[in-house]
Amino acid sequence: MAEKPKVSIGSVDAMGATAAPPRTSEWRRFARIFFGRKLYLIGFIIVAIIVLTAIFAQVIAPYDPIENDLDHRLQPPSADHWLGTDQLGRDMLSRIIYGAQISLLIGFSAVFASAIIGALMGLAAAHYGGWVFTVIMRLTDVLMSLPSIILMMLIAGMLKGGGIWIVVFALGFGSIPGMARMMCGQALSVKQNDYIMAARAVGMSNWRIMLTQIFPNAFPPLIVGLTMGIGGVVMGEAGLSFLGIGVQAPTPSWGNMVMDGQRFLMTNPLLSLIPGVAIMLLVFGFNMVGDGIRDAIDPRLRGVL
Amino acid sequence: MKTSTNDMIMEVKNLKMYFPITRGLLRRKIGDVRAVDDISFEIRKHETLGLVGESGCGKTTTGRCILRLYQPTDGSIIFTGVDISKVPERKIIEHRRDMGVIFQDPFGSLNPRQSAGSIVGDPLKVHRMATGKALKDRVTELFKIVGLDPSMMDRVPHEFSGGQRQRIGIARALACNPSLIVCDEPISALDVSIQAQIINLLEELQQKLGLTYLFIAHDLAVVQHISDRVAVMYLGRIMELTDSSELYENPLHPYTKALLSAIPIPDPVAERTRMRIVLKGEVPSPVNPPPGCHFHPRCSLAIAECSQMRPPLRDVGNGHYVACIRV
Repeated sequence: MAEKPKVSIGSVDAMGATAAPPRTSEWRRFARIFFGRKLYLIGFIIVAIIVLTAIFAQVIAPYDPIENDLDHRLQPPSADHWLGTDQLGRDMLSRIIYGAQISLLIGFSAVFASAIIGALMGLAAAHYGGWVFTVIMRLTDVLMSLPSIILMMLIAGMLKGGGIWIVVFALGFGSIPGMARMMCGQALSVKQNDYIMAARAVGMSNWRIMLTQIFPNAFPPLIVGLTMGIGGVVMGEAGLSFLGIGVQAPTPSWGNMVMDGQRFLMTNPLLSLIPGVAIMLLVFGFNMVGDGIRDAIDPRLRGVL
Repeated sequence: MKTSTNDMIMEVKNLKMYFPITRGLLRRKIGDVRAVDDISFEIRKHETLGLVGESGCGKTTTGRCILRLYQPTDGSIIFTGVDISKVPERKIIEHRRDMGVIFQDPFGSLNPRQSAGSIVGDPLKVHRMATGKALKDRVTELFKIVGLDPSMMDRVPHEFSGGQRQRIGIARALACNPSLIVCDEPISALDVSIQAQIINLLEELQQKLGLTYLFIAHDLAVVQHISDRVAVMYLGRIMELTDSSELYENPLHPYTKALLSAIPIPDPVAERTRMRIVLKGEVPSPVNPPPGCHFHPRCSLAIAECSQMRPPLRDVGNGHYVACIRV
């Protein structure tokens, strides 16, 4: 074999490579797939509007969301109050705008906190196996066996005070077992691949394998779970507020607005309907964005989409 | 063996790898899969030792034990003077630098979310052999050595063909200048035309870099071509071990004879007269291997003693080892 000219070995493959389509930048490709589908685009626009609304609430809200105006109670939509007023005469539009701030804050922080803790637990369980796996997974079994609303009520009830962070803690804690489960399942399937064996043969430490090999491959399917989680947490907050242990009045959150409005469901259905629709849009938007991100970052779909 | 210990790069003695079978909540042990059952061999410097056998005979397990990807049940693996089977898990990294591995599946053995350059550079980073510019230069050099265009470094494995991916795997194995490379069926997942390219590349690299290979395969023709010596495994044991040419010209073990008779001859005239020895029955389960010689239930030469004792791997002259009492 030695007498064979060296070029012949490489050239065949090198030719194959030049025939490959030119490389577009990562970000361009991501954008092309993500914005190329109407549904993802709509989801993105909804999320963008809600996020911008929350950021610029102070600037765009026409009224103070807390100040009462008892002369103008329960008014239908008008030029002064685009979405009408509630039972204390507060402008619904302003409350929805400020409510976006609270709801998103709770949604993001609860999901990210629980994702970090849950993912670490799931990764550790999958990677180390043995008793680590048993302890972590049985712990999540115990947490999962309690209905999450009861768990959240328990936490919110024990930590009295009704601050936003207590709600975040309760909701986040409730989402940890689900995150740990998802991560563990993903990590276990990723672990079966030969490249994990290869990483060990190279001499990588357990931590390095977990973070550079398992995590990047196990994480993308979780993005869908995460974004859905944001929607779920916003709904969980609505549930807690509905039971009176969520965000406390007069601070507006979409959840406690639904609760406040239910007494007037027969006479002024808009009071509950508007925040309800807002929650629905937010959940839908995040689900679509999640699906879009998943499709766009999956390298196996390169060239297909 | 005539060779002095200086010529040896690795010596495997009485290697056993039993995988326990557990059952029930309490993980009660109910048996063992005897994947590798007491084998000994050595690998000499700059040689290619072929390891052949059918699926499930323990050849891949042997390779992984040597790399300490599995903790062997028993036996010793002496590599560059150290018994690496006894080295604690924390210290094994120092020895991994001198060993490389090429996997069978070029699709599964590369992380799909890492760029090719990063995959090849990983061993250098892990062993702190290069950083920054030096790392990039070394990776570029490795790409050139295995016949890849260094400008493709930023691409992910998905964007390469099967043969190119296997080259990435080879570049990774070469990164730290290892003395021994375990090739675990490096070509069986490739197209025939690509197989020849990869074999040629491996041979060329061996000459240029003075590498030693443990070449695991089930394709006898390929093993004959690339190996200096060949070990034939059956059900976790080595049946015959000798020079490549000697094995193919003068096979002694009945199992080896049956294996070789299955190779088609590219000459139609000779092919017509080829006598195929068809073995009866199936390979027994490694959970419950037959007593004595593992091959005796399927052997045409078997006598009563074959089921009594395990035949030792004995030298019949010129470094030709065979584990059979009937030859």
